[in-house]
Amino acid sequence: MKTKKPSLFTQILSGDFPRSRLLTLLLLGVLVYLAGAPFLFSGARSLNVAATICVFLVLAASYDLLLGYCGIVSFAHAMFYGIGAYGVAIALYKLGPSWSALAIGAGAAIALSAVLALLIALVSLRVKAIFYSMTTLAVASAFSALVLRLTSITGGDDGRNFRLPEVLTPGFRLFEAELWGTAINGKVLSYYLVFACSLLLFLLMLRVVNSRFGRVLEAIRENEFRAEAIGYRTLLYRLTANCLSAVLACCAGVLMAVWLRYVGPQTTVSFTVMLNILLMCVIGGLGTMYGAVLGVVIFVIAENYIQVGLQSLSHSLASVARLAKLFHPDRWLLWFGTIFVLSVYFFPSGIVGKLRELRIRFGL
Amino acid sequence: MSTASTSSSAATLADPLAALPGRKTDLVPLLVIVAFGLAAMPLIGSSSTWITLTVAALAIGMMLFIMASGLTLVFGLMDVMNLGHAAFVAIGAYAATSIVAPINPWLTSESTVQNIAAVVVIALVAMLVTAAVGWVFERLFIRPAQGNHLKQILITIGAMIILDQLVLVLWGANQMLLPLPASLRGSLLFGDVAIERYRLIAIGVGALVFAGLVLMLQRSRIGLMIRAGVENREMVEALGHHVRRLFVAVFVAGAGLAGLGGTMWGFYREQFTVSIGAEVLVQILIVVIIGGLGSITGCFAAAILIALSTNYVSFLAPDFALVSNILVMVVILLWRPRGLYPLAAQ
Repeated sequence: MKTKKPSLFTQILSGDFPRSRLLTLLLLGVLVYLAGAPFLFSGARSLNVAATICVFLVLAASYDLLLGYCGIVSFAHAMFYGIGAYGVAIALYKLGPSWSALAIGAGAAIALSAVLALLIALVSLRVKAIFYSMTTLAVASAFSALVLRLTSITGGDDGRNFRLPEVLTPGFRLFEAELWGTAINGKVLSYYLVFACSLLLFLLMLRVVNSRFGRVLEAIRENEFRAEAIGYRTLLYRLTANCLSAVLACCAGVLMAVWLRYVGPQTTVSFTVMLNILLMCVIGGLGTMYGAVLGVVIFVIAENYIQVGLQSLSHSLASVARLAKLFHPDRWLLWFGTIFVLSVYFFPSGIVGKLRELRIRFGL
Repeated sequence: MSTASTSSSAATLADPLAALPGRKTDLVPLLVIVAFGLAAMPLIGSSSTWITLTVAALAIGMMLFIMASGLTLVFGLMDVMNLGHAAFVAIGAYAATSIVAPINPWLTSESTVQNIAAVVVIALVAMLVTAAVGWVFERLFIRPAQGNHLKQILITIGAMIILDQLVLVLWGANQMLLPLPASLRGSLLFGDVAIERYRLIAIGVGALVFAGLVLMLQRSRIGLMIRAGVENREMVEALGHHVRRLFVAVFVAGAGLAGLGGTMWGFYREQFTVSIGAEVLVQILIVVIIGGLGSITGCFAAAILIALSTNYVSFLAPDFALVSNILVMVVILLWRPRGLYPLAAQ
């Protein structure tokens, strides 16, 4: 019998299809939206939303690699993201806007994340998975305290503004004419740089989790003892996954810095960012990769509208002071936390899990 | 029947306890802490500064211990890691501020006795409130996720956010004040060393709580059951004891202790916001890790060690205070991977 050569499509997706028609539609929608964002919508704000989705897609997917596929909870993911962003920012700030500075910053940041991830894992992962969560929480908060304190290097609370190589600045024009009503300037170019890198990194992660390596990770998640008994060195696999995920988060940080031309502690190393990543992964569905995509898109949309919604609710409840306080826009974290806990309780498989269930039941 | 058998076995062995492989008292961690404190002395230079720093560290360490003790017991007994424990600290401190107004005549009175009584009442009420919250918390967030670490971590972190936000809904986002009564303020002078009164009180209360917990665990029937439950839960259940109920009791008591710690911490700082809990969470976790999960003695030793390192380093190089805690943790874990005083079962 001749073995059939896998189709190009199968190769690109590493054989891991969405396995649900609705999910496929949604994912295609996201892909079209992201690929055409500069032409589909006008205005800096909408392009910014698209770029944020791209970056967080990598960040959430790399977190899913750890949380969903390894079953270990890290609270240091935002730290690695921050290392990437600050690495680029500091290098470009000190060395001036050149491609080599960008490469040096990114390289140093990636190396630092890998080493740090290895050290954290070596100290804490040997003993118990729960130690790991606590240790990462401690290390991450020490790191963010350090970022705030070392003002001369990081810019402290104000963060760092820096300049990019000229090609990526809004002033640069690739050619004079407009393409479908959009000027192809440096901002559009840097959007496509971010988009292409994100897409590649995502496909790479899809490849990783569907490789033999990914299967072993899942085996360890399901039953560590059994996996070890079969002969896999579980510690080694977990260490590798940990470092890989840290490096990918660092890459996401690099992309974010390139896009924003600014880094600040609130948008990178703060605990809120970490919680956002957690919620994105949980809402989308753990251990599916595609879940991260949906989680990020839903989260970014919700983030823009939840405060507006609360504002109007709070106004309409103004007569009942206590209730109005409960729905005050400043209390959005309360609702965020509630949604988070409820989704862990009732939708442990997330949206992707529900969609796949629908396909099995109704063939959608 | 049972008395007869014990007396006969006692007759055969001259000293029945000597034959048992009892736990040896392990003094090495204590020596390490003392050595750590002494090693810092030449770095700091002046001995009066060193004494002030050390006493302050002891006070903070005691408060950390009170906050962390419930967490470590809960983990030891039921394998439950409650990352939301820090919210109890905030609730304790906030509850305390609410009692200040009704009890104000005592707080502001001239008499020391009334002052102390007022503080005691405030602490007790705060403990009760936090314990009640702890009971609800256990129902809502701990029980449904029993036995699944991943879910536990996620849910308790979410629960901490919810509780912190509810505190803000109830008490508002403004800074809270928790002033000490006049007779507990000020310092005592020993030669040229000034030591704040409240620090001495905190040390006293911490030592009392520690002694009480150790006595309870070592000498009482409930303590016996808790220790047995920590070592082997199934066996205690098989013997007909209701470990579940015991666990709820320990959880509620632990929450109450965290509330007490929060109140003391609030009095120590005198003004705070809701982040009072989240700020100590990291230190509490480090204390629980390096103490050895489930061990009260370890928790105590670790709390003192962490407080010492924080205080010395924030005096010498303020930017690196939290980093020094991490370093202490790394060194301790490399030396004893399961903590200073690991439990036999794990």
